[in-house]
Amino acid sequence: MNLIVSAIGQGLLWAILGLGLFLTFRILDFPDMTVEGTFPLGAAVAVTAIVHGMSPLMATLLAFVAGMIAGLITGLLYTKGKIPILLAGILTMTAAYSINLRIMGKSNTSLLGQKTLLKAKFLASLPTYFDSVLLGMIVIAVITIILIFFLQTDLGQAFIATGDNEKMAKSLGIHTDNMKNMGLMVSNGMVGVCGALIAQSNGYADINMGIGTIVIALASIIIGEVAFGELTLNQRLVAVTLGSIIYRLILLAVLQLGFSANDLNVLSSIVLALCMMLPQFKKALHLDHVLSKGVKVDD
Amino acid sequence: MTKPILVLKDIVTLVNKGTSSETRILKDLNLTINDGDFITIVGANGAGKSTLFNVIGGNLPIDAGKLLLHETDITNESEEERTKFLSRVFQDPKLGTAPRMTVAENLLLALNRGAKRRLKPRQLKQHMNEFTKLAATMNNGLENRMDTATGDLSGGQRQALSFLMATLKRPDVILLDEHTAALDPRTSQELLHATNQRINEDNLTALMITHHLEDALKYGNRLVVLDDGQIKADFKGPDKQKLTMEQLYQYFEV
Repeated sequence: MNLIVSAIGQGLLWAILGLGLFLTFRILDFPDMTVEGTFPLGAAVAVTAIVHGMSPLMATLLAFVAGMIAGLITGLLYTKGKIPILLAGILTMTAAYSINLRIMGKSNTSLLGQKTLLKAKFLASLPTYFDSVLLGMIVIAVITIILIFFLQTDLGQAFIATGDNEKMAKSLGIHTDNMKNMGLMVSNGMVGVCGALIAQSNGYADINMGIGTIVIALASIIIGEVAFGELTLNQRLVAVTLGSIIYRLILLAVLQLGFSANDLNVLSSIVLALCMMLPQFKKALHLDHVLSKGVKVDD
Repeated sequence: MTKPILVLKDIVTLVNKGTSSETRILKDLNLTINDGDFITIVGANGAGKSTLFNVIGGNLPIDAGKLLLHETDITNESEEERTKFLSRVFQDPKLGTAPRMTVAENLLLALNRGAKRRLKPRQLKQHMNEFTKLAATMNNGLENRMDTATGDLSGGQRQALSFLMATLKRPDVILLDEHTAALDPRTSQELLHATNQRINEDNLTALMITHHLEDALKYGNRLVVLDDGQIKADFKGPDKQKLTMEQLYQYFEV
């Protein structure tokens, strides 16, 4: 039971990452590798700030700002420098590694004995693992509501149109470069917050904690889509969070089979690959169905 | 005397600039577009019709010359800035609309053409009646599909929507780039008819590229023949009405 509650809590916290990537991967329609660098950046910034005496809430907000700056750098390389987005993201991600080491001064910083958001009074009184569930629910609810509101504004609609048909968006006077930069900033800001919260939940920040984050983010998005099918945009945002929780539960089940935590990255990739290939499997299966039907009619 | 809306002065565009294969596409092209002009533009492939539209639209920088809008120099204005006075309909139905957004959402985007997009609620419901009425003027069932993603519309419906979007917020000049060429003959004629009606009713200023000489003669009040980067002939008002297919065809003989 504890394990399941823990998995749900982790799923909720990691869902912020999925929602952040949803803005670029699904709405702007390009893969942003920056997140592998902004996730540990958010963690490094928040943990270092907390260790230096900043309140956990302020430290988490600082992680948001740090993530936004990283997103802006990728955005400027892409929109002004005309570097392909995949490479622009990889450049920022690689550079962030050094920056993160500079910020922390070492490869691992512990939060032992420090205040964190999870040690806030109203959370600390909850049973074990329920603290991250509640914190995750609050943060996800706030972010989802803000995103739903934003996407229904004139600015949000222009943002969606940019990803949907850039040429048309331009011909209607939408400054598509600004939209992409804005999307990358908000997206990476959210990923920074996710890194900050995960670090506080784990009790430390580690220089290598960003490895594989893009796969985790994609898994939340795609599991949500595979599990819930055709949805409206607002529903899809909620589906990302549910996808993130399902993903954690799948991992939990796999770990119960006897795999170790060291196998997580390969397991994540396999889960994601299977989900992405599901439409192909379905097609093959459906085809079999049709064939067998044809045989029956002949009888 | 009608006032000129848009003036193109000695426009030159080059391709492969600075190399040995440097070629001039538009060669000192001059064109004055007056208020209420509905100009059909014909010309062989490579004459510079699309280049002309890209120059007006700001997608293509010019290498010499000037563009004047209401006597203001707009030569250096970006594509986005020019959308304040200019709207376009492309040939490819895929280019004119956002496929995952609904018909109504697309129209709402077009209502804000050239305007700053702010963090204020989009007010889709408040515009729904107006949009539905507008869609009904296209006579192709578009009004019943207001909440359909435009990717699921037929090509004809998509182009009709693109055209509505281009006229929704009155443009000073509208550019129609063979906007019916991708449609079947009947749908194409229907859309041309609707286009003509709306341009006349609203007294819009329009430029329309077409490869169909019949359509070029039938529609509009001015006809321009583009050849090798220059205006070869320019028939206005009564001259255009008197113009025959045979006379026009001569411009295409080598």
